[in-house]
Amino acid sequence: MSGGTEASRDALARVVREHAGRLAASLVPLLGDFAAAEDLVQDAVETALRRWPADGIPERPDAWLFTVARRRGLDVLRRESNHRAKLACLRPPEPGPHDDRLRLIFTCCHPALSPEARIALTLRVVCGLSTAQIAAAFVVPEATVAQRITRAKRKIGEAGIPYRMPGEEELSERLDGVLAVVYLLFNEGYLSSTPERTQARDLVDDAEWLAALLVNLMPREPEAAGLLALVRLHRARAAARFDRAGRLVLLADQDRSLWDRPAIAEATALLMRAARAHHRPGPYQVQAAIVACHAEAESFEATDWAQILVLYDLLLRLAPSPVTRLHRAVALRHVRGPEAALAELAGLALERYALFHATRAELLRALGRHDEARRSDERALALTANPAQQALLVERLDWPS
Amino acid sequence: MKYVLMFVETQEFAQELEAMGELEREAAYAAVGKWFADHADKITHQAHLAPVHTATTVRLDQGDPVVTDGPFVEGKEVVSGFAEVEVADLDEALRMARGWPACPIVEIRPVR
Repeated sequence: MSGGTEASRDALARVVREHAGRLAASLVPLLGDFAAAEDLVQDAVETALRRWPADGIPERPDAWLFTVARRRGLDVLRRESNHRAKLACLRPPEPGPHDDRLRLIFTCCHPALSPEARIALTLRVVCGLSTAQIAAAFVVPEATVAQRITRAKRKIGEAGIPYRMPGEEELSERLDGVLAVVYLLFNEGYLSSTPERTQARDLVDDAEWLAALLVNLMPREPEAAGLLALVRLHRARAAARFDRAGRLVLLADQDRSLWDRPAIAEATALLMRAARAHHRPGPYQVQAAIVACHAEAESFEATDWAQILVLYDLLLRLAPSPVTRLHRAVALRHVRGPEAALAELAGLALERYALFHATRAELLRALGRHDEARRSDERALALTANPAQQALLVERLDWPS
Repeated sequence: MKYVLMFVETQEFAQELEAMGELEREAAYAAVGKWFADHADKITHQAHLAPVHTATTVRLDQGDPVVTDGPFVEGKEVVSGFAEVEVADLDEALRMARGWPACPIVEIRPVR
């Protein structure tokens, strides 16, 4: 494949993503039928993915998608005269700032849907991915994704999941649910990304785009800005995550000259603006602040671990979790030494978590307890399915003790 | 839309109720009474079932009907009552369920 094809594939994905959700947001309330409206949009998206690579991206992609969806709707909804009548008098979209996608996002991320369904539905309906693209990104059979989406759409219709913004009293909890979907998407994309998988859809890019959309549509929610900053701070350092041979490089060993300093500064500024404007700290803002501490350090040795420890304490107060305590223990090691950090790990119920054993191994090794360290690395290796993590652990196990 | 809210009791909950003093139990019943009163305009039907030891099950899939003592699934969670409600959508039904003051599980199903 030539570079040109690559570029146009990315451009195509971006254009579809920019317009598919808007089209769905206008068709769902019009038809009053989430599933039917979504089918029409998906059909238009698939037609675009087939035709645009050869014909070129049209000047008004929104109008093009609209026309295809409308024509298709008038065709397939023949028997549903009600829907047809509504489609018939529909006007093409006006270019402009009006954006109705929030309702769409909140419906796709409704807590009455399974977490897998929320992710698949958000990608398809809000980001305009095809079922095949979602399946490829998650390395699952296309039929599995298709079934997940069909079930979710049926549940929306039959269980009466409303197409509207949650009320004031539910908004904060429901927004947490939406942010969790974006965060999971980011994690999935970030952790599964390897240099060999560049052909797959970049879910990290979709996660950033969704987070930015939420910041735009909900400017008074600092946690959305926190999540966006978090994603951007990670992306700004992506170039240093793998070496030339495609192996994962640990933070301590990364070549920091590869980090995108302007992007780090910009993301940090976004975080500070949100924090100062609202004074409502939340888990995403604090996580982003921790990552910002790492990202701003000139070298690993210059890392402000004391500040990071304070931030982890705050994070534990806002969102207590054993995984956060594990990360805090790593910071504690650099402030008070491996002995104190190891003591922190003692009570954590993370036996099934690879990173727990890998961290434990590192602390044991720092204390000269090599046999125990080796056993912990072996357990970590048995628990991870991630090839990059596996490679790192295998290498460590090859070290002479 | 019409939904049925199924109230599901757990063993722990039954034991807690059992262990309550007179006043405490009265307060618990009063909270349930208040919930029904608060939502009276949306509740179209309701029933509180007698305890599970009174249940009898008939199975029709094994030739002749088979009658057995006990609920259809032997488990730690049993349906103890239900309310049929008429509300705008699932979110409204969820709001009602969230405020339910008694047994710890509520299943919500739309009625066809």
